[in-house]
Amino acid sequence: MLRRSFVLGCAAAAALAGLVQAAAPSAALAADRFITVASTTSTEDSGLFGSILPKFTAKTGIEVRVVAKGTGQAIDLAKRGDADVLFVHHKPSEEKFVAEGFSTLRKPVMYNDFVVVGPSSDPAGVKGSKDVAQSLSKIAEAKAPFVSRGDDSGTHKAELALWKTANLDPAKAEGGWYRSIGQGMGPTLNTAAAMNGYALTDRGTWLNFKNRGPLTVLVEGDKRLFNQYGVMLVNPAKFAHVKAADGQAFVDWLVSAEGQKAIADYTINGEPLFFPNASDPGA
Amino acid sequence: MHDFSQALAVAFSMILSLDEGLVRIIGLSLRVSLSAVAIATLIGLPLGAAVAALSFPGRRAVAVALNTMMGLPPVVVGLVVYLLLSRSGPFGVLGLLFTPTAMIVAQTVMIVPIVASLARQTVEDLLVEYDDLLRVTGAGPVRRLATLLSEARWSLVTTVLAGFGRASAEVGAVMIVGGNIEHVTRVMTTAIALETSKGDLPMALGLGLVLMTLSLTVNLAASLLKEAGARPA
Repeated sequence: MLRRSFVLGCAAAAALAGLVQAAAPSAALAADRFITVASTTSTEDSGLFGSILPKFTAKTGIEVRVVAKGTGQAIDLAKRGDADVLFVHHKPSEEKFVAEGFSTLRKPVMYNDFVVVGPSSDPAGVKGSKDVAQSLSKIAEAKAPFVSRGDDSGTHKAELALWKTANLDPAKAEGGWYRSIGQGMGPTLNTAAAMNGYALTDRGTWLNFKNRGPLTVLVEGDKRLFNQYGVMLVNPAKFAHVKAADGQAFVDWLVSAEGQKAIADYTINGEPLFFPNASDPGA
Repeated sequence: MHDFSQALAVAFSMILSLDEGLVRIIGLSLRVSLSAVAIATLIGLPLGAAVAALSFPGRRAVAVALNTMMGLPPVVVGLVVYLLLSRSGPFGVLGLLFTPTAMIVAQTVMIVPIVASLARQTVEDLLVEYDDLLRVTGAGPVRRLATLLSEARWSLVTTVLAGFGRASAEVGAVMIVGGNIEHVTRVMTTAIALETSKGDLPMALGLGLVLMTLSLTVNLAASLLKEAGARPA
């Protein structure tokens, strides 16, 4: 009797698990035709993909599965052959990716810019500056908390390059004001908000970011804060399983007039987050 | 306090409106974690019982190893499964990376040691009572394990629930092997991490409350089952 009720219980549990499996056919159905895109947290967290991908899928029937990581991680993922398309923002790394044969062609897609955000009390006194190098020097001088991504992402690489233009090496910073947290853009902004710190962020993530606390944009408009995005198909000669045709269709759509318009059309409070520039061959 | 009341409001409105995206995420969370628990139970219970009740060389070592592996960091499990399933890894040809199957594999690896370790302890305690009886009846090893597991079944419900708790609450492993792809591999915990990234803390906390409600439902169901089953005894 006892054993029977136990067996019944097990059967019920198994049936329940089966039911849950049956109730979730989405993955099986959606798996018909899709590509995997390794991209960056900025494109995902800013809401850009949520806005433009449905347009691409409606036109082509190709579902786009986005794995959003820092640029460094996204490139590593693509190098292992775990993505069909790479869509990131650090031109030197992208060119290296192509030079190493992991892709045959990089195409510029769009740009936005980085901004330095910080507490409105602005202890380093950088508000309104258009000289990012000078502003970073002031932050270092004031030993005001600066929160760094520290995760080998495109934004992190850009930040390190900016410190270099200021002739400073934050790795040697003393006094604990430079805080490398090894996390994505969102957590970095959360941390900066919590400790009244400064941070470098891409404008897209910033505009879509809700937990701003005391943070506000302090430094913007320096041409060194330019942030270019590029896209490339992972080389099918390197990885036979890469979905070359569908992946190429996505790359081509992004740089087509239609894709470029979709990018330009994505705004928050009337403010565009990304500016298409596929027609600029040098970008 | 404002944040918490806002999160409560978000959680309630999410549960009441049952928006399609949320239902999908909840469904996938349940599917992944329940599957992992089912597989881990099938492996872990006999394994734990065997370590408790059979004598074989290296038995203590296995017990210690299982106890240690209870503390496996999810991120490490995720990383190992990722490297195995990556296209450049040994099982890359299967194309399982960034699928729910990969998430089930990772969670199973994570909770087998928990189920096995806790089962071992339960069966070991029970063995004090049953050892003589089993010896007298001359039961073989399979019969021995089956009897002990069957006698301990209601205590083992808690063991299985511990596994479910760990599986449904972890984010590190499923984030790495699933990739948090919308509509495909996004589960409750990775959705919470994403909303935190966007700085939408009330939404993140609201999702957390929904997850707790889900967990409560599963535990309540198990507790009712346990009660109903144990009563005739």
